[in-house]
This record gives sequence, structure tokens and C-alpha cells, in this order.
Amino acid sequence: MLDQNTTTRVEMDWSGPERLQMNMGPQHPSAHGVFRAIVTLEGETVVAVDAVIGYLHRCHEKLSETLTYAQYPSIASKTDYVAAMTSEFAYVMAAEEIGKFEVPKRAQYLRVIVAELQRIASHLLWLGTWCMDMGGALGGGATIFLYCIRERELILDLFEALVGARLLYGFFQVGGTRYDIPDGWAQKCRETIAVIESRVDEYEQMLEDNAFFLARARGVGVVSRELAQDVGIAGPLLRGSGIDYDLRRNAPYSSYQDFDFTVPTEKDGDCYARYKVRMQEFRQAVAIIRQALDKLPAGPISSRPALKSVAQIRIPKGEAYARVEGPRGEVGSYIISDGSAKPYRMKWRGASFSNLAILPHIIPGHKVADVVAIMGSVDPVFGEVDR
Amino acid sequence: MLIALPPWVPMVISGFVVLNVVIGLVTYITLLERKFAARMQSRIGPYRVGPHGLLQPIADALKLMMKEDIVPTAADRRIYNLAPIVFLIPCMLIFATIPFAPGLGVADLNIGILFFLAVSSMEIVGLFMAGWGSNNKYALLSAMRAVNQIISYDLPFIFSALVPVLLTGSLKLGDIAAVQQGSLFNWFIFYPVIGQLAFITFVVATLAAENRVPFDILEAESELVAGFRVEYSGMKFALIQLGEYAHMIGSSFLGALLFLGAWSGPGPEALGPVWFLLKMIFMFLVVTWIRWSFVRIRVDQILALSWKALLPATLALLVSTAVVVVWRTGGF
Repeated sequence: MLDQNTTTRVEMDWSGPERLQMNMGPQHPSAHGVFRAIVTLEGETVVAVDAVIGYLHRCHEKLSETLTYAQYPSIASKTDYVAAMTSEFAYVMAAEEIGKFEVPKRAQYLRVIVAELQRIASHLLWLGTWCMDMGGALGGGATIFLYCIRERELILDLFEALVGARLLYGFFQVGGTRYDIPDGWAQKCRETIAVIESRVDEYEQMLEDNAFFLARARGVGVVSRELAQDVGIAGPLLRGSGIDYDLRRNAPYSSYQDFDFTVPTEKDGDCYARYKVRMQEFRQAVAIIRQALDKLPAGPISSRPALKSVAQIRIPKGEAYARVEGPRGEVGSYIISDGSAKPYRMKWRGASFSNLAILPHIIPGHKVADVVAIMGSVDPVFGEVDR
Repeated sequence: MLIALPPWVPMVISGFVVLNVVIGLVTYITLLERKFAARMQSRIGPYRVGPHGLLQPIADALKLMMKEDIVPTAADRRIYNLAPIVFLIPCMLIFATIPFAPGLGVADLNIGILFFLAVSSMEIVGLFMAGWGSNNKYALLSAMRAVNQIISYDLPFIFSALVPVLLTGSLKLGDIAAVQQGSLFNWFIFYPVIGQLAFITFVVATLAAENRVPFDILEAESELVAGFRVEYSGMKFALIQLGEYAHMIGSSFLGALLFLGAWSGPGPEALGPVWFLLKMIFMFLVVTWIRWSFVRIRVDQILALSWKALLPATLALLVSTAVVVVWRTGGF
């Protein structure tokens, strides 16, 4: 089934007598969706891993050619369903760049607020599932998971009040945002981020004082600086390997230059470093949301006129690539427009897809239990990998 | 006037009673664990079946009985079918030597603790049979891990259980309990330094012997799905589950007996078994508490912990206990 000529195996030098090939996924408790890893074992040690993807392919890029610029943003959220706001963001930014649409300041700030809330929600889900990978659904991992879900619920409530939906939003539109914040939402948002800030401290205490957690996370799945650059990983993984790169600061979009925040980096490149980066990103996201709420300007939320039909917005001929810093790294969308109401061609750059390429480089040599820990620390979302 | 019964009749009756009590205890201790875990995780836990979910274990048992019994085509049928029973028997046998009150037990053997420790490690045979007979790679890996782990943790388990034996000077569980009666400070957990250290190592080794998180590498559902019982369903699965919980309860009884003074407590002597039960539940909840707060550690780390830390520590503890006992009895 797998062509040996096309798959590259990274193997350790080992002369043991017996090998066992074991299939993990696509239906497996820690597959994080539908990932399939065919691991070759020597006893408990993994010597080779074949990563198989494609079980969740839904023809997103082809689909976008059949939907208008007004329709697709709410479908775009289905590529990365854990951070739905991010992919909408990238899509509308590319369309705005071709059409040279002006986005009102208020809309830019609202976009930043929801993008950062989404980052917190996504990282919460990551922390919970990663701990569950290490600690089991019948152990301490499940405890952390449920705590994280409890806090994620608060953010989903905010989104529900804003958009009416909890998972797939359709908040963005070409030229601005579709909704303005309702009365009292800003206050509720401030309360929520205050709760989350204090809970993140609790998680840190619970995990970082725990010798077993440290034993599982430290020194596991080390990605060196060079390897990170060669493979082209992005987001917290890249920053965990000591590369100080964040689109929000390096190529500011949507008024990110107005806010004061730092880009956390760690040097070690192991699971623990990636964990540390994400924990600090919680705090940075909270800081950005606070500033955005403080400075939120009055004004219109969209430069787009009201529509009578979904095919009414047309974008001039041209092409553009827009990228945003999602919770998992750089999410980009490339649109070629032929002047009609639908894109001629559209291409996604999924952060999870690029990040997943690191797995065959770092898994061999680890134990079976580390496979799931490393996979969890990469934080792939298979909707975004397969699209 | 009573008819003189042959001596084996009361033994059989008491054995039957204990067996059924244990099964009842298992069903309800699972509910206790689920409620306890739910509280830790800010949930409610089972609530729908009966008031406060009190009938949940019964519903679960009925469900398991009615489930389809699936035997994988590639399995070794005889070994696969036999394994749950081979696993269950030692887990039940350990209750034979436990005295629940002075003289109230199936058989308070002279070598009671030796019997307990020997039989409780026999469960590995059933475990390995289940893992091998399923003909499943996850189950096989789990069975390999089981053998590794039981061999590594039985020695620390035995060494820490032998500390109270040395302090008492008897292998009979009834004697060990009797020595700790009277005052709270007769409990071996309050024996200066040695008692506390032995209790801690005992709890750690118990966790490993019972395959609880952080040592549940046999089950390890995040990598091995469900480990050795991945192919089991219905009543066979229920038997394995029953055996596992019976083993936990048995070990908790042993811990309560060795370190917490068994049936000693305020009130009339008739309350003894109640105190013993409460202490057992305390031991069980300590294990559960640990289970729901830690992440699992890796197989190589588990083995390193046993051979590099726990085994030397318990051995040193045992030797120092012997020295203390000899010194206190004026042997030098």
C-alpha cells in the first residue's frame, strides 16, 4: 500500500533481531483527528514512522472556486475548526488585498480581539488534549482536560453572544466584520480574560511542580534550530526552537502594530519548551485583548455596502497572498481573481500541515509513549492538514 | 443442640459470603471512584440512574452482561477465553487470609501475608494470557509491559509490606493487626520514621501493582488503546474489571491492616469491621486521588524508578527496621 520508493524512512542504526510494525490511527484515541502513523518498533523503541494523511480531505480549495466572496468566509472556518476565526481572517485579508478594500479601524480591532480570543481557546484545547495524551483519559490528564474545557467554554460563550455560533463563526466579511459587539460584551470579555489569566497560573502550578509531567515533557522530541528552519515549521513550534519569529510583529496586519506585546521564545526545542511558549502566549493574548478593548475606536465595522445578492461583491483581476499568525503558526491563503464574484483559484497554507512534517524527523528513537506526547505537542488539527 | 458440622462447612460458607461481599463492594467502589473523580474535575458524575446515580453500578453490570461477546478470529480461543478467569481467581483469593475482625475471616493462616503477596502477583499469568491470546499488537505490547512492571514492583511491594512483619515478629495478619490495637500510636504508620517511610513506599508500590496512573502503562489508552483487554467485551471484560478492582480493594485492606491498625478505633468492639472498612476506603481514595492528579510516566522511567530508587530504598528500610527491632529487644 505504501510505496517504499516515495516514502522516506528515517531509521536509527539498530541491529536488533525483531521488529514490529504497528498501526496507530486513523482511529486511535490519540490520533488528534484522523492521523495515521505506521510505527516500526524494536521492543518499545520506535525506529521508523510513516505519517499518512488525507483521511479528512474535503476539497476545500476546489469548493472555494464555487462559492462567492460573501459565502466562503463561513466555510473557510471549517478548515481549522479548532481555530475557526484564523482561516476566515486569512481568506478575507487576501480578498481585501486584491480589491484594495479599506478596512475600518474598528473592524481591525474587533478582528484582533476575536483572533486573540480564538488563540486562547485553541491553546486551551491543545493543553487539555496534550495532557490527556500523556496522562490518559482515566488519569490526571483527563482532570486537566476538563479544567481546560471549562475555561474554553467561557470563550465559546463570548463568541456565541457575538456571532450566535460556538464553533464555526462566519464573523469576517470582505471589508470588515459582519457583527459589532453587543452591549455589555466588552465587560463580559474583560471578566473572562481575567478568569483565564488566573487559571493559567493554576495550570502552571499544577503541571510545573509535577515531577512526572516534567519527566514526560523535558528533553522529549527535541527540534533543533536548524531542523526547524529546514522543515519549515511555524508558530509555537518554531518559537520553541529558539527562532524569534511572529507575523504579528514581523509583518503586522490588522493594526497589530498598535499593541504592545512580546513574542515568547524558548531555546530547548523540546515538548516542554513548546509548552512554555504556549503558556506565555496565553498571557500575551490576554494583554492584547485588554489593549484592544481599551482603545476600541468608534465607527463603522465594515466598508462593504449592504448586499442584495451574494454575488454582488466583485473583486478586480489580480492575485494576492495574505497570511496571519494563527494559534498553530502561519495560516495563509492565496487567491487568484478573474474579476468575477468567485475566486478563479484558491490555495490554503495550513500551519498544521507544515508542522506535521517534523514528526518523522523527531519521533524515531523515542518510546511508544513519547509518540503521542510529541504528536500532541505539535498540536495538529486534521481539518487544516487535509482540508 | 447443634448438629456437629464437619469443619469444612463453615469455611465454605464464610468463603462464599466473603466472595459475594467483595463483588458487591467492587460494584459500589467503582461508583465511589467515579463520584470522587467527578468532584476533582468539577463535574457531577453519575447522576441519572437512581437517586444520585446510586443504581449506576447495577445498570453497568446489566449492560456488560447483555453485551455481545466478541472473540477475534485471529485469537487463540482457549487462552483468550481462559484468561479473564485466570486473572480473576488470584484477585479473589487474596481475601482469604484477611481477618476482618478478630477471628472473623476465611482463614487466618500462619503465613497469611506471604500467601497474600504470593497470590496477588499470580495475576500476571492471566494478564499475559489475555495479552498473548488476543493476538493484537497493542495487547501484546501491554502484556510485555505487564511482566516488566510486576517483576519490578513486586520486590519493593514485598519489602515494604515486610516492615510491619518485622516490627510484629509474625507473618500472621491477625497478629499484625492485634499488635496495633489500643492506642492510635500503636499503628505502624506512627512508628517513628520507619513507619512513615514504609507507608509511602507501600503506597507507591501498590499503585504500580494495581496498574493505576501514574503507573498504568498496561492500559495506557493514549498509546495502546486499552492494553491487554483491548479485544475483550461483555462479561469477559467485566471479569477483568472485577479482578482489577478486587485487587485494589484487597491491597487497600492490606494497607489498612499493616499500617492503619486494622479494626482498632473508638466505640465498642463490634464496630471493628466498620472501622476497617472505612480505613480501606481511605487507602482506596488515596490511590484514587493520586490517579486523577498525575500524568502517566514512561515505561523506561517506571523501571528506572523501581530498580534505581524504590528497590534500594525499601531494602535499606527493611535492614534498618531489623536493626531497630533487634536493638529495642536488647539483642545487641
